Amino acid sequence: MTPPAIPANRPRRLLPRSLADRLGWFGAIIVGFLILMAVFAPRLAPYDPSERVARPFLPPSSEHLLGTNDVGQDLLSELIFGARVSLTVGIVAAVVAMLIGTTVGVIAGYYPKRLGSVLMRFVDVVLILPFLPLLIVLAAYLGRSLTNTIIVIGVLIWAAPARIIRSQVLSLRSREYVLASRSMGAKDRWVILRHILPRTGLLATGSFVRAISGAILLEAALSFLGLGDPIQKSWGSILFWAQSRGAFLTPAWKWWVLPPGLAIMAASLGFALIAFAVEERINPKL
Amino acid sequence: MTSPASIRSPLALDAPPLLALEGLSIRFDMRDGQVHAVSDIDLSVKPGEVFALVGESGSGKSVTALSIMGLLPTPPAIVSGSIRFEGQDLTTLRNRAMSKIRGKEIGMVFQDPMSSLNPVHTVGKQIGESLRLHFGMNRRDAHGRAIELLDRVGIPDAASRASDHPHEFSGGMRQRAVIAMALACDPKLLIADEPTTALDVTVQSQIVQLIRDLQQERHMAVIWITHDLGVVAEIADRVAVMYGGRVMEQGSASDVYAATRHPYTSGLLRAIPGIDRSTATKLAEIPGTPTTIFAPLTACAFHHRCPMTEPGCTSSVPELMATDRPGHESSCIHHEELAAAGNIWLDDASTIQPDRSRSDDRVIVTVEDLKVHFPIRRRSGRARGTVRAVDGVNLEIHTGRTLGVVGESGCGKTTLGRTLVGLIEPTAGSIRVDGSDDDTHRTIQMIFQDPFSSMNPGMRVRDVIEEPLRILSMGSSGERESRVAELLEMVGLPTDAAERYPHEFSGGQRQRIAIARALAADPQVIVCDEPVSALDVSVQAQIVNLLRDIQDTHGLAFLFIAHDLAVVRHISDEVAVMYLGQIVERSSRDDLYREPLHPYTKALLAAVPVPDPSVSHSAAPLRGDLPSPSNPPSGCRFHTRCPVAVPGMCDTQPPPLLEVSSERWVACHLVGSDQPHKRPQTGGEQS
Repeated sequence: MTPPAIPANRPRRLLPRSLADRLGWFGAIIVGFLILMAVFAPRLAPYDPSERVARPFLPPSSEHLLGTNDVGQDLLSELIFGARVSLTVGIVAAVVAMLIGTTVGVIAGYYPKRLGSVLMRFVDVVLILPFLPLLIVLAAYLGRSLTNTIIVIGVLIWAAPARIIRSQVLSLRSREYVLASRSMGAKDRWVILRHILPRTGLLATGSFVRAISGAILLEAALSFLGLGDPIQKSWGSILFWAQSRGAFLTPAWKWWVLPPGLAIMAASLGFALIAFAVEERINPKL
Repeated sequence: MTSPASIRSPLALDAPPLLALEGLSIRFDMRDGQVHAVSDIDLSVKPGEVFALVGESGSGKSVTALSIMGLLPTPPAIVSGSIRFEGQDLTTLRNRAMSKIRGKEIGMVFQDPMSSLNPVHTVGKQIGESLRLHFGMNRRDAHGRAIELLDRVGIPDAASRASDHPHEFSGGMRQRAVIAMALACDPKLLIADEPTTALDVTVQSQIVQLIRDLQQERHMAVIWITHDLGVVAEIADRVAVMYGGRVMEQGSASDVYAATRHPYTSGLLRAIPGIDRSTATKLAEIPGTPTTIFAPLTACAFHHRCPMTEPGCTSSVPELMATDRPGHESSCIHHEELAAAGNIWLDDASTIQPDRSRSDDRVIVTVEDLKVHFPIRRRSGRARGTVRAVDGVNLEIHTGRTLGVVGESGCGKTTLGRTLVGLIEPTAGSIRVDGSDDDTHRTIQMIFQDPFSSMNPGMRVRDVIEEPLRILSMGSSGERESRVAELLEMVGLPTDAAERYPHEFSGGQRQRIAIARALAADPQVIVCDEPVSALDVSVQAQIVNLLRDIQDTHGLAFLFIAHDLAVVRHISDEVAVMYLGQIVERSSRDDLYREPLHPYTKALLAAVPVPDPSVSHSAAPLRGDLPSPSNPPSGCRFHTRCPVAVPGMCDTQPPPLLEVSSERWVACHLVGSDQPHKRPQTGGEQS
């Protein structure tokens, strides 16, 4: 017989179509702007943020748009360089969380009986742990460094993605193509690597972006409490110094407290909006 | 209340139609284009007749039914033309007026009885609902009437079952309840959309008979929508065959079947493996697959797949025209030639299937006393009971031959197949594979039922097909690539299919990909689990023929699991009949179908609808549904439904599977009963 005709693939639309999509694009613009700021920080920043460039406690002027801090460092340059620290910690901590969360979620979903239920009870315990106190204890115990901040945040926020991924794996493992693969003799490792992980990727993307948003907030909280890296200042540490020098109670809050606060909010919101749009798009397909 | 019972009223042929569709077109305006589901059809249904609307998926038959009920969502659906019910145009009615007709004048029965019943209300309440709505009955009267209706549709102990919830009913009983619901207000027209497709064959024949009885008793018109030409032949007075949103042919059932005047109908009738059709020849194939119509038709909808296509077929859309037989219309411009030519599809003589000799085969798989039990656990994890899905099965699979396994849903046939390929660990018994040391996967591969879910949608066809090779570490990447190309050609797909994704293919093409995947590792045995039951009739024949060709060229052994006895008969050399986890009869194909010995086999065969209206319909052979496999009946598991069960023997002693004649095993006390106390055949005890 003649080979049957194969219908052409329909083109996919790229333009936004719903409110969620529009919000997502808005979030992407914010995030894109912040990332550009972090990448080109040395060019954008008028001064080296670690150098004393003027008298301390200067109000905003044409030379120092956001004034200076208590040791005479330029606040605008600190804010611009702070994006590097805040975003790095947020993203890397989210990566750590996703690595742990995906591993636990996939194992718990693929072996749902004994191993899975033990793991999920553990996840439940992690989920109900009082976050901030534990974060503070851990950070204080491990010491103040960027790496430690990342690890502390990462090991605290993996539980929510683990649950989401487990539910997806539970549904995937009983799909017929997984059965088909196992009927060909595939071992668990093969099934997980070829069929389970690639199909959880999309879902994990949503969780990942959401985790970044959360991690940025946690990093800000830690640094605000003075548990951040003392060498590399993030937005949170700017706030910490502002607080300890009493800037919250003086007119200086307008240029010392508000800008880093807004930056933290913008970063967290930007990632959260992207996560919202991504999840909106993938969830109906579950 | 009801019309006088059980008088078959003669069809009033000249009566005005109860329902007339005139120039009905249904279009769906979707975001990325239009779908023309129904294009300008005219149909009429007379009072008291059974009118069958036959077609494959996408033919527009269900959409037509929904438009009559006014249940299509508008938008996206755009309905034009008129639907006249007793002279009144339903398309012009507002929703309020329409809901007075819906349920009262026109009743509807859907395919899936579980989803047409609300799980949180009792069955009686749901039946009474429309009575209270349309007749303003009070709760008590409605309940009483619901019990009468349940009793009429054959629910035993209707008075107490009326207060049960749907999940307490079995599948067949649910469909009976749905029918009772549709009949509650004594409608003049009943629309049944694939009412028996989700049911087992023995239950299907019960439902067909029930609707036939009710229709005659109440002089009600029925529109029976189905893809199954066998059921249509049993029930329909008149038939319309739809394809691509057009009516291809319509006429009396006997004319459409015996004096077919359209190439599509003729092809369909030749493509189905009837239970009494010769197995010596291949099934006729209709090339290609049914397609969705995205633009208004400008030609005969069937011209892509028709062997008689000539320029005249594509110049305009052919209208229905009268043929040589009264009341019989065809939309084929060649219908006169067709009347003269007879068969335009494959010449039977040229497609004789080689009869396989038994001389050179050997046993490749031996299954001894196989048991697969699943524990039912409480939430605490303690076992509450056991589902005996497979309970003591012995069989052999021979090289180059097909062992068919048939049985109703829940009989354990799928579990048996999955255990063979190692997806399920057997609870007891053994599976021995000859000629393979440790890796049975290289020897046994599997084809699944649903070609849409059995492939990872994120993988290219190339990766799908070479997956078994990579799992079993066979061949270099270059060798695998050429193997994929070779396999694609073998299953009749173009080689450029390798770079595409599964969703770009139709169901039949995907099943071809699944076959290529199963063949990739060069296995000796393939377990086929319902490989054609998810496919359209015209595509089924292509896949059945392909499987047979491949078997002949490669000397493969098949374990062919199916519920469709006609398909199993066509492809199998030997057939095993399963009931509640056990084989009740195993024998060569011809013996089994010619002279079934076990009462269950007899009942199954009698229940298969024959696609020929001239064959007299037998009464539904079995009562009731399959008992639960977690609590199988004592003694012979079939005794609760068996018409010839002997009390005292069949309900206490399990009958052993005995060889009653050469190569023929039956598990029944009443067959070969000269030695009723011989020990059961349990080969597993030694191993």
